[in-house]
Amino acid sequence: MTKTAERRPVPKAAVHPVPAPPPVGGRRRRRLADQARAYAFLLGGLLCFALFSWYPAIRAVVIAFQKYTPGSSPEWVGTANFTRVLHDPEFSAAWRNTLTFTALALLIGFAIPFLLALVLNELRHAKAFFRVVVYLPVMIPPVVSALLWKWFYDPGTGLANETLRFWHLPTSNWSNGTDTALVSLVIVVTWANLGGTVLIYLAALQSIPGELYEAAELDGANLLQRVRHVTVPQTRFVILMLMLLQVIATMQVFTEPFVITGGGPENATVTVLYLIYKYAFLYNDFGGACALSVMLLVLLGAFSAGYLRLTRSEGDA
Amino acid sequence: MSTRTLVSPATLARPRGRAVYWTVFTAVVVLFALAFLFPVYWMVTGAMKSPDEIARTPPTLVPRHWHLGAYTDAWDLMQLPQHLWNTVVQAAGAWACQLVFCTAAAYALSKLRPAFGRVVLGGILATLMVPAQALVVPKYLTVADLPLIHTSLLDDPLAIWLPAVANAFNLYLLKRFFDQLPRDVLEAAEIDGAGRLRTLWSVVLPMSRPVLGVVSIFALVAVWQDFLWPLMVFPDTGKQPISVALVQLSQNIQLTVLIAAMVIASIPMVALFLVFQRHIIAGISAGSTKG
Repeated sequence: MTKTAERRPVPKAAVHPVPAPPPVGGRRRRRLADQARAYAFLLGGLLCFALFSWYPAIRAVVIAFQKYTPGSSPEWVGTANFTRVLHDPEFSAAWRNTLTFTALALLIGFAIPFLLALVLNELRHAKAFFRVVVYLPVMIPPVVSALLWKWFYDPGTGLANETLRFWHLPTSNWSNGTDTALVSLVIVVTWANLGGTVLIYLAALQSIPGELYEAAELDGANLLQRVRHVTVPQTRFVILMLMLLQVIATMQVFTEPFVITGGGPENATVTVLYLIYKYAFLYNDFGGACALSVMLLVLLGAFSAGYLRLTRSEGDA
Repeated sequence: MSTRTLVSPATLARPRGRAVYWTVFTAVVVLFALAFLFPVYWMVTGAMKSPDEIARTPPTLVPRHWHLGAYTDAWDLMQLPQHLWNTVVQAAGAWACQLVFCTAAAYALSKLRPAFGRVVLGGILATLMVPAQALVVPKYLTVADLPLIHTSLLDDPLAIWLPAVANAFNLYLLKRFFDQLPRDVLEAAEIDGAGRLRTLWSVVLPMSRPVLGVVSIFALVAVWQDFLWPLMVFPDTGKQPISVALVQLSQNIQLTVLIAAMVIASIPMVALFLVFQRHIIAGISAGSTKG
């Protein structure tokens, strides 16, 4: 679509009454003026991207190899930042937590929205109501939903344990227990974000041509077989894309552990991004923070590249 | 109108099919009410209970006495008007900056054929692949000391407004929309003597209302919901948006007052959603299938 600057739409415009073509020397000047005008439109956006996207990406890599304190000139320290970060006992905890969190979020936060969308798509009544209700938590600020669930998880008077007590079930420590804290956070994140995923699935489900289901039914396929052989292959692309986006998003989780658990108990919910934040704003160690950022960047970049390549080549076969 | 889905209309028409349908329907209604509406109900009514009642076991489903005191206390004690105003300023500015700069840039990339336009577009789209949150620390350092002019934007709404412009997703949405606008219309405007700015203003923008609406909502919601970035760039408590202020103040405040503040902080976006729900839901659905 974007043709290079060489092709001007002169032949097409010639159908209409056109002012006399400018002399050759003037044409070059006009082209230059066109370019200047185009870049005048681009300038603001371009500057913002340069300052707040491209430059920080380069800077992360540079500072990762420096001792950096705001206000004084940086020193090159080689890979010292990386070794220091690697030897931090919180480092392995943060990566373990983040990877577990992502895996759990995929497990819980992936199957549920798909099943919900599948069921919602079959319902012929109150369609608008379901869509609004499922998306409502997405519009509640994440900080509010985090604080809300922190209150629900209160071991004494929180709604979660009160409900368990009501049914005479054993209570739990939820976000306050070392082995339940991470799962508790996954529940919050899933609750807060599932609406968007459900709506996207619903859109994908609605684009499946009905004849496919009819044909499958004529061939004697039962309900589960229709899901497996029609629904899943037809929505495969959306499923794969959402999976990738979800992994990238959950690998960068911050608000929920920061607000609900503060990384605790005993570092059970410190995530990589939380650790980056701590390095920068608690330890004032920007070199270490950038070294961690680079690691996260490289890991996620490699993951997305590999994932896209794998899913694409599989699609060709 | 309704197309054939997983379950055939014939099955649904049978008595047994109808019974199963209504059972599932009721189950989903109950599930949705419990999972999504009840927590919200619990929050709104929790703030109306007295401090004694909210700590009671077992809890009361409906407040014994309805108090609005927590709401007024939150409004006064937590300086909510100021933090709400800060958030409004930040969100409105980010929205305006995005509309002006992203629209202009998308228009240039789509219709004005700048030299190296493809490279620029590639560079912009590449930022979609980079995990944004992973770069907050170098971005913070840049905002704290802008290159060349050595100014700090900390505690300034500009620290929200300008980085908001670097939103590749919104820019791409706009560009894709502009790409689909018929070329002849723009050429006609040009032949009638309209300059680039005039064409953008009186031809392109009026035709782009749907996409501008979607971009506007995305822009507003993003600022209102953000937490980590404003937490970093507003060390001054008085400049903080509501999300950051809530967390900072949550430690030493009465539970009912905190919950009331949480409700107040949620109202603007929930109201926006309820008013524009059709457009928002359509936007999400359309953006996903065409993207």
